[in-house]
Amino acid sequence: MKYALIPLLPFAAFIVIGLFGHWIRERAHWIAVPAVAGSFLLSLFTFAEIANGPPIHVTLYSWITSGAFDVSIGFYIDRLTAVMLLLVTIVSGLVHVYTIGYMHGEPGYARFFAYVALFTFSMLMLVMADNFLQLYVFWEAVGLCSYLLIGHWYDRKSACDAATKAFVVNRVGDFGFGLGVMLIFVTFGSLQYDQVFARAILVDSQTINLLKPLGGEWLIGTLTVICLLLFAGAVGKSAQVPLHVWLPDAMEGPTPISALIHAATMVTAGVFLVARLAPLYNLAPAAMDVVAVTGGLTAIFAATIALTQNDIKRVVAYSTVSQLGYMMMACGLGAYTAGIYHLLTHGAFKALLFLCCGSIIIALHHEQDMRRMGGLKDKLPITYWTMVVGSLALSGFPFTAGFFSKDEILVEAWSSGPLGQVLSVVGLLTAFLTAFYSFRLLFVAFHGESRVDPRYREHVNEPSPTMTVPLVILAVLSIVTGYLEIPLFLVPTPPAPGGVAGFSPPLGGDVGTWTMLVASLMGIAGIVAAYIIYVRSPMLPQRLAEKWKQAYALSFNKWYVDELYDRTIVKPTVDLANGLWRKVDVAVIDALVNGVGSATMLWGRTMRLIQSGEVQHYALAMALGAVVILGVYLLF
Amino acid sequence: MATLSFLYLGTVIALTAILVVAFRKPVYSVMALLVMFFHIAGLFVTLHAEFLAAVQLIVYAGAILVLYLFVVMLLNVKEDDSYQRQVKLGLGLGLLALTQVVYIVSTAGAPEELVREKTAPVAGNTETIGHALYTTYLFPFEVASLILLVAMIGAILLAKKGIMGPDAGPLKESK
Amino acid sequence: MIPLSYYMILSAIVFVTGVVGVLIRRNIIMILLSIELMLNATNINFVAFSYYLDNIAGQVFVFFALTVAAAEVAVGLAIIIALHRGKATVNVAELNLMKW
Repeated sequence: MKYALIPLLPFAAFIVIGLFGHWIRERAHWIAVPAVAGSFLLSLFTFAEIANGPPIHVTLYSWITSGAFDVSIGFYIDRLTAVMLLLVTIVSGLVHVYTIGYMHGEPGYARFFAYVALFTFSMLMLVMADNFLQLYVFWEAVGLCSYLLIGHWYDRKSACDAATKAFVVNRVGDFGFGLGVMLIFVTFGSLQYDQVFARAILVDSQTINLLKPLGGEWLIGTLTVICLLLFAGAVGKSAQVPLHVWLPDAMEGPTPISALIHAATMVTAGVFLVARLAPLYNLAPAAMDVVAVTGGLTAIFAATIALTQNDIKRVVAYSTVSQLGYMMMACGLGAYTAGIYHLLTHGAFKALLFLCCGSIIIALHHEQDMRRMGGLKDKLPITYWTMVVGSLALSGFPFTAGFFSKDEILVEAWSSGPLGQVLSVVGLLTAFLTAFYSFRLLFVAFHGESRVDPRYREHVNEPSPTMTVPLVILAVLSIVTGYLEIPLFLVPTPPAPGGVAGFSPPLGGDVGTWTMLVASLMGIAGIVAAYIIYVRSPMLPQRLAEKWKQAYALSFNKWYVDELYDRTIVKPTVDLANGLWRKVDVAVIDALVNGVGSATMLWGRTMRLIQSGEVQHYALAMALGAVVILGVYLLF
Repeated sequence: MATLSFLYLGTVIALTAILVVAFRKPVYSVMALLVMFFHIAGLFVTLHAEFLAAVQLIVYAGAILVLYLFVVMLLNVKEDDSYQRQVKLGLGLGLLALTQVVYIVSTAGAPEELVREKTAPVAGNTETIGHALYTTYLFPFEVASLILLVAMIGAILLAKKGIMGPDAGPLKESK
Repeated sequence: MIPLSYYMILSAIVFVTGVVGVLIRRNIIMILLSIELMLNATNINFVAFSYYLDNIAGQVFVFFALTVAAAEVAVGLAIIIALHRGKATVNVAELNLMKW
C-alpha cells in the first residue's frame, strides 16, 4: 500500500491547493514541497527494495469488468520503473524549490503548484502502470497538465495558442496510441502487461490485412502494427519529427515547467513507453527500424535548427528534441539500456540548462533574446558555472554523465548492423552540432561585452538561493550519474518469467574505445568552433549567415515545417470549421430553430385575424363546426 | 282529420318561421312570429298537451313578444337594408344541416306507430304535469323560480340609466 | 297516426331557419328573435316525443325551457337597451370592441 502513497501525496497536495488556493496563496509551497519530498523518500525506499528483490506487482482496485474486458488499477514496479520514479521525484522536487524563487510574487502562484502537483501525480502513475489502459489514461493526464501549465499565463494569447498546439499535436499521436491499445486488446484479449508479454511470442506470426475493407491484400505483422501505432503516441509525446512542432512553442510556459515537463519527464514518457514494451518491439524488427530512423532524423533535424535560434529557451528546447531523438534511436536499435541511461542523465543536465535559462531570465527582468545579453559571466557566477557543467554534459565532454550515456548509445548503434552504423554517423554529426550550439548559447549570453538593456545593466544580480541551490544540485548530478553503473542496474529487467528478453548488457571492447575517442573529439571540436566564431571573431557569424543565406533561412525558420502544417492541415481544417459553422450551424440548424419560432409567430399573427370581434362570425364558425362534425359522423 | 290538421299547422309553422327571418322590417317579423306561436299552440293541442299550449300562448305570445315589441319601438329600429355579407354561407350551411338531419331521421328508425293504443289519460294533462312537477321535478322547479328572480333583477339593473357609469358617454369607436 | 319523423323534420326546419337567422341578420333584436325560433323548435320536438313515448317528462322539460326562454329574453333585451345607450346602433357588426 505504501507504493500508492508515492503518487497520492502529490495528488493530495493538488486537491488541497486546488480547493483552498484562494486562501493559501503564497504559502502553497509549504504543502507542495513536503508532498513531493515525501514522494521522493518513498521512491528511494522502493528503489532499495527493488534493487535487492524481484519486481513488485500490486493490484489496487478492479476498475472495469465488462465481459471479457477486465481492467484494474495497479502498479508494476521493476528496475526501469524504479529509476523513473527517482528521476521524476528528484527533478519535480528541485523544480518545486526553484519555483519558490522564480514565481515569487506572481498572482497564479498557488495554481501553478497545484498543477505541478497534479502533473507529478500523473507522471508517477504513468510509470507505475501495470496495464495499457492505465498507461493511456495518465498519458492523457500528463498531456492535460502540460496544456494547463503551458497556458499558465493565460492572458497571453501566445501562451494559449501554444498550449492548444501542444495538446492538439499530442492528440494526433494519441489517436494512433489509442488504436494501438485497442488492437492489443483484440489480439491478446487482455490489457495487462504481464499477460500481453507472456502471449507475445505466440502472436509472432499473426498478420493483419490492411486492405481488407477495400477487398485488397497487404499483410503486415500484427505486432508490427501494434508497435507502430503505439510509437505514434510516442512520436507525439516525445516531440519526434513530424510531431515535434509543439515543443518549441511550449516555451511560452514558465521556465520551471519547461525544465520539468519538457525536458526531464513528460517528453521522456515516449522513450519510456518503447523501453517498457521492449518485449513487443524485439519481436517487430520493422517497427524498431522505424523508431530508430525517426530518432536519428529528429536528432539531426532539431540540431540544425538550434544553431540559429536567438531565444535561449528555444535553443534548449530544440536541444531537447534532438536528445530525445538520440534516445529513440537507441531504443530503436535494441539498445534500451543505453536509451534509458541517456534519458536519466539528460534529465539531470537538461533540467539544469533550463533552470539556468530561468535564472538568466529573472536576473535580466524577463529578457530571453540572447542578442540582448552578454558579459554576464562575472555578474551571475553560480549560474554561469553550473551552465558550463550542464553544457559540457550535453556536449558529451569526457568524464561528465552525458559523455558516458551518449557514448553508450553510439557504441551500441555502431554494433547493430548497417542501419545502426549509418545512424551512429548521424549521431556523431549531431554531437558536433550539439556542442556547437550549446557553447554558442553560453558564449553569446555570458561572454563579451554587455548588450543588456542599459536600464538593467548595473542591476544584474544572482537570484535567491531557492533558485541557485537546485542548480548546484543538478550540476553535481550531471556528473555523478555517469558513475552509478545505471546500465548494469537496468539489465535484469525481464518483464515476465519466461517472457521475451528485455534489456541487454552494455557493450565494451575496441569498438567502445574508438567510439569514445571520436565522440569526444566531435564534442571538443564543436566547443572550439563555437569559441572561435563567437568569442574570437564576433563579425564572423554575420558574414557566415549572409554567405549561406538559404541554409541560414532554412535553419532559422525551422525548415518551414510549421508553415507547411499551417497551409496543408491547419488552414483547411479552420476553413472547414468555418464553412460548417456558416452553412450548417447557422443556415440550417439555427434557421430551423429560429424558424420554429418565427413560424409560431406567423401562425399567431394569422390566427389573430379570426378575432374579428363580430359575434356573427363566431356563430358562423360554430355552426360550420357542428355541421362538419355531423357530416363526418354520418359519413364514417 | 289528424293528418289534415298536422299538414295545415306544420305548413304554416314552417312558412312563418321562414318569414320571421326573411322580413326586413322588425315589426313584420314579430307579427309573423306571433302567428307561428299560435299555430305551435295548436300543434301542442293535437298532441294532447293542452296545458303547454295554454302556457305557450300566455308566456310566449303574451309576454315575450310584447317585450320584443316594446324594445323595437323603444329603440326606434329602422328597416334593415340588407343581409349580412355571409348570407350565402349561412344559407348554404342551413341547407346542409337540414339535409343531414333529414338523412338521420329517415335512416334512424324512430318509433313509428305506438304498439299500445293511446288510451285516454288517467288524469287531465294539467294534473299530470302538476303531479310530476311537484314530486319528481321539485328541485328543478325551485331552481326555475330562482332563475326568473335573477333574470328579473338583472334586467332591471342592466336597463337602468347610468349602468355604464354616472358620466358614461357613448362607446368609443374600435380601431 | 302521424309518424314521429314528421314532427322531427318540422322541428328541424324551424331550428335551421332559426340558425340561419342568427347568422344573417344585421339587427341584434332579430338575432334574438331567431333564437326564440330555435327554442320553439326544440319545444315541438320534446312534446312530440313526450306524446309518442307516453312520458310526461318531455312536457315538463318544455315547461322549464319556456321559463328559461322568458328569463333569457328579458335579460337579452335589457342588454340591448344598455348597448343602445352607449352606441346608438342595433347593427351587430358595429359592436366589435373585442376585436384583436
